[in-house]
Amino acid sequence: MSTTKTYEEINQKLKAGKAVVLTAEEVAQMAKELTPEEIVEKVDVVTTATFGAMCSSGAIINFGHANPPIRMEKIRLNGVPCYEGLAAVDSYIGATACNPDNPEYGGAHVIQDLLEGKDVVLEAWAKGTDCYPRKHIKTKININTINEFTLFNPRNAYQNYNVAVNTTSTIKYTYMGSLLPNLRNATYSTSGELSPLLNDPEFKTIGLGTRIFLGGTQGFVVWPGTQFHTTKPKNELGVPVTNGATIAVMGNLKEMSAEYIQAASYEKYGVSMFVGIGIPIPVLNTDIAKRVSINNSQIETSVLDYGTVGTPKLGQVTYEELQSGTIKVKGKKIRTAPVASLKKARKIADELKKWLQNGEFEVTKPVHMFPSNTSLNGLKEMEVDND
Amino acid sequence: MIKKRYILNFPPQSGDKAFTYHLVKEYDIRINILKAEVYPGKRGSLLLELQGKKENIEKGVEYIKSHKITCESLDKRIRWKEEKCIDCGNCTAVCFAGALNMDKQSWKLEFDKSKCVVCELCIPACPLNLFEIDFR
Repeated sequence: MSTTKTYEEINQKLKAGKAVVLTAEEVAQMAKELTPEEIVEKVDVVTTATFGAMCSSGAIINFGHANPPIRMEKIRLNGVPCYEGLAAVDSYIGATACNPDNPEYGGAHVIQDLLEGKDVVLEAWAKGTDCYPRKHIKTKININTINEFTLFNPRNAYQNYNVAVNTTSTIKYTYMGSLLPNLRNATYSTSGELSPLLNDPEFKTIGLGTRIFLGGTQGFVVWPGTQFHTTKPKNELGVPVTNGATIAVMGNLKEMSAEYIQAASYEKYGVSMFVGIGIPIPVLNTDIAKRVSINNSQIETSVLDYGTVGTPKLGQVTYEELQSGTIKVKGKKIRTAPVASLKKARKIADELKKWLQNGEFEVTKPVHMFPSNTSLNGLKEMEVDND
Repeated sequence: MIKKRYILNFPPQSGDKAFTYHLVKEYDIRINILKAEVYPGKRGSLLLELQGKKENIEKGVEYIKSHKITCESLDKRIRWKEEKCIDCGNCTAVCFAGALNMDKQSWKLEFDKSKCVVCELCIPACPLNLFEIDFR
């Protein structure tokens, strides 16, 4: 009978400072010599992390009521449009929204400015009602004047992601970076064996309520991420070979650090936001031990041509090849470059490891598991009646 | 023998002198023109790699400067706000000259300015806008 552990047992060990916590890179190294049975005996928690641009991110803000009050029906923060359909002074600012007069400055920059303690100009308009008579307000806000400042990211931490190349004769500017013509570079964004959802590919431990590292503080997985896709092609180890599942996450921005939340602007694409996420995976049994033992040579991803409509697949490579600096696609050697920071991801995995070892962080049993048989709809266009 | 890259900026009235000829002939300097933008009657900018004896290069640079042409070491014209860098790697994707590389152990960005050819592709490629190159 092989060893199994419960969340409670692991948390007791964490509290007593007796738990063994390793990063996913460390356990991948360990697995070259030890079997999953031995790993489940030796290791209690494995930390995983990623620090990449995650476009589907944003913040819920409550501005507080002015006197006389206003029911905000059009809202701008430093010129960036925010959502106005949430009561009088609630709003949601999306990371990729941008100031039309200065498209390189967007929602992500507003979030970062607030996080760094800077003043941000709030301007709002309304029609004026009996209970909210005011029609216009222009003032300054900062992290201390607002009430709630909550990070709520509908789609983060993609489980694997494609490699981007460009077969055309002109440079392509994409969210995967600048792609040189004629297959002269290839970009990739996942932290490979350290990546959270690649270490728990079937969501055996990650689910609703999982406590995570988010932007430098404790946050939570709150839902399956949008475009949650669990039936993409997988390799023989059960790891999807293209972008698969995602998670929605939430956390208190007032506790976060600008070191792990970073606004970004991509040439001829737009604004996005780097988000630092770390997820602890409790090693409950040999199956989970096997999953977290995975290394870069066993994780594959698809090479897609971002220069051609429909992004056709040109090949499949491993993260070991990607991190070596060159891959071979269609017989051609191509230079690779990451577009997400492995250095920062490692820092997050180490930080989370420390929190766990110091007894400051518990592993959480999900209150609800995520679905396991989901796929996606495309947007089917239908004729619209004009009457 | 040393090898060093310089950026030269010409004022509008200096376009008619054969500087590179003099550098080769009188100072025994091997010249590689890596980038040139010359607008006669307006201005000119050159990126030169000079190879030769240290004292000859120093004299050659003085010769250029004596003709009211600015001549500055390339690394003084490149700024990378390293303290704000998140080591994402986007700039390494476009740097075909091999000046920007990720260290394969630490995954920290390394910038070897002596390899820069001032293609300026890193400037828009950096999502944090951390590069500035003063060529013109």
